[in-house]
Amino acid sequence: MAAQAINAKEQNSAAPFDHISIGIKVVSYAILIVGAFFMILPFLWMASTACKPNAELAVSPIRFFPENPSCLEVAGQLYEQSPNFNRYLLNSFIVTVARTVGQLITCSLAAYGFARYKFPGRSALFAISLGLLIVPFQAILIPEFILIKSLGLRNTFGAIIIPGVFSAFALFLLRQAFMQIPIELEEAAEIDGANPLQILWRITLPLSIPAIAAFAVITIQAAWNDFLFPLVVANTTDTRVVTIGIALLQGQRDTPYNLIMMGSLIATLPMLALFVMLQRYFIEGVAQSGLRR
Amino acid sequence: MSTLLNIFGRTPRARRKAFWGLALIAPNTIGLLVFFGIPVLVAFGLSFFEWNGIRAPEFTGLDNFTRIFRDPLFGRALANTLTLALLVVPLNMALALGAAVLLNQRLPLRNLFRTIYFLPVVTSTVAASVVWIWIFQPRLGLIGIVPGLGTLQWLTRPELVLIPIAAVTIWQRVGFDMILFLAGLQNVPRALHEAAVIDGANSRQRFFNITLPMLSPTTFLILTLNFISVFQIFDQVYIMTQRTTPGGVSGSATTLTFLLYQTGFTRSEFGYASAIALALFVIVLSITVIQLRLQRRWVFYESEAG
Repeated sequence: MAAQAINAKEQNSAAPFDHISIGIKVVSYAILIVGAFFMILPFLWMASTACKPNAELAVSPIRFFPENPSCLEVAGQLYEQSPNFNRYLLNSFIVTVARTVGQLITCSLAAYGFARYKFPGRSALFAISLGLLIVPFQAILIPEFILIKSLGLRNTFGAIIIPGVFSAFALFLLRQAFMQIPIELEEAAEIDGANPLQILWRITLPLSIPAIAAFAVITIQAAWNDFLFPLVVANTTDTRVVTIGIALLQGQRDTPYNLIMMGSLIATLPMLALFVMLQRYFIEGVAQSGLRR
Repeated sequence: MSTLLNIFGRTPRARRKAFWGLALIAPNTIGLLVFFGIPVLVAFGLSFFEWNGIRAPEFTGLDNFTRIFRDPLFGRALANTLTLALLVVPLNMALALGAAVLLNQRLPLRNLFRTIYFLPVVTSTVAASVVWIWIFQPRLGLIGIVPGLGTLQWLTRPELVLIPIAAVTIWQRVGFDMILFLAGLQNVPRALHEAAVIDGANSRQRFFNITLPMLSPTTFLILTLNFISVFQIFDQVYIMTQRTTPGGVSGSATTLTFLLYQTGFTRSEFGYASAIALALFVIVLSITVIQLRLQRRWVFYESEAG
């Protein structure tokens, strides 16, 4: 719904000029193409290096493209050097799915409660929840680590997943979406004898799919790319996520760069694919996340 | 009993709804308090102790805080973080605003450009950092195509190391801020531009006299978010300096968050690390407060135009 709103707004007010003179057009495209070149270049450098055989890494002047492309050989060497790399990818996948689904459950319940129910302490509890957004996560890293350790969660999936299941940002985003739904629909279902969970599941959530998608892609992206927190609380083979896997490759001084680039490429492709498929939700999520402060 | 129940509502139906409301918010609210609220208090309390995680914590009063002011590493980390802010924030905001203004025009293919500019945002900072290490690699990196830059030891020279870190940060941030600027630009009422065109204003005059003033709330917000994010820089520093000297040669790449990590998890000084965390929190909070104060004075709102 919100994504449509931004598109509708774009129709009304986006461009100050409907007719762009040819001169402005040419200059605009020239600048945009140069910019796009610089944004894409690191990806190309990553992919090109990932397919260079070792012998081509240390040649001067540098080669933009591998003379003997050997993507598969390099991938093979990557898995020789880091036999658990697939395991790290799987771990990242598990953590990402669990965090996203968990957050969707806890935050849609809470958002629904805050949006539609009156109870003592409602505004205070909502204010406290949102107030936590101002605390940078790094500032509570030490107590978070101590808490995880004393709960016996260190080096388990629970350590990375459980704190990621609660979110003030998702609460805010989903509550906004739920409040835009006409309350009459929910009241009608209540008269028909549906309980709050049934109403949430059958009416409110299906009507909020664009907002849920925006929240989901932002959460997926953050969970997949997370580094500092997993590094601190879960750094064993069984639970290590792929960002730490790349850091380990990079940390061994003898790892050639084509292997590191291949690892980064493999870890990056799922997010790039997800973004290209669900672009408008990413952009909507970012536009919303900027408004949170 | 009935008076107690009245807190939740006067009728049985209102009471039932109140209980449902509390039940619905309970999981997330309790989780937030346990995993985010209480740790804030614990961080505050820990900063008055000396503790290595093994022996019993020892109360040391304000020692950790006086140590912050004497610690040359803290001063170094603060200076590095501020330098990064100078390197990243102005350039990043100018690029993001430029991209947003260009892509706010009705140009064919503008969605393709938006997509391309946003791609680095969805990449992990870890992957981005290793790529940029390889770009800045002496002799072998892509940077070598610019004459004179290829032979510099970007990642080991203390006076240079912040530049690659700033570069990867900007690369990953421009697309994000571009989207925020675009959202702001779309809130500039079209009628203002139309009126100005009738009055004979050219596009440059309209940009400086309409677009920029109307955009000032967005600009202020992005400025604040930028400063806050610079104070949280960690991944880039960890990755880009781990092969040589973690945190850079003689701390030349150590940011506040990296110092916090090193103090807590390499040196196991949980008390002092908590004091650094508190300093970080106070700085981030001050940035927000300063923004709110200055915003009242400097930012132009449409409602004031009257």
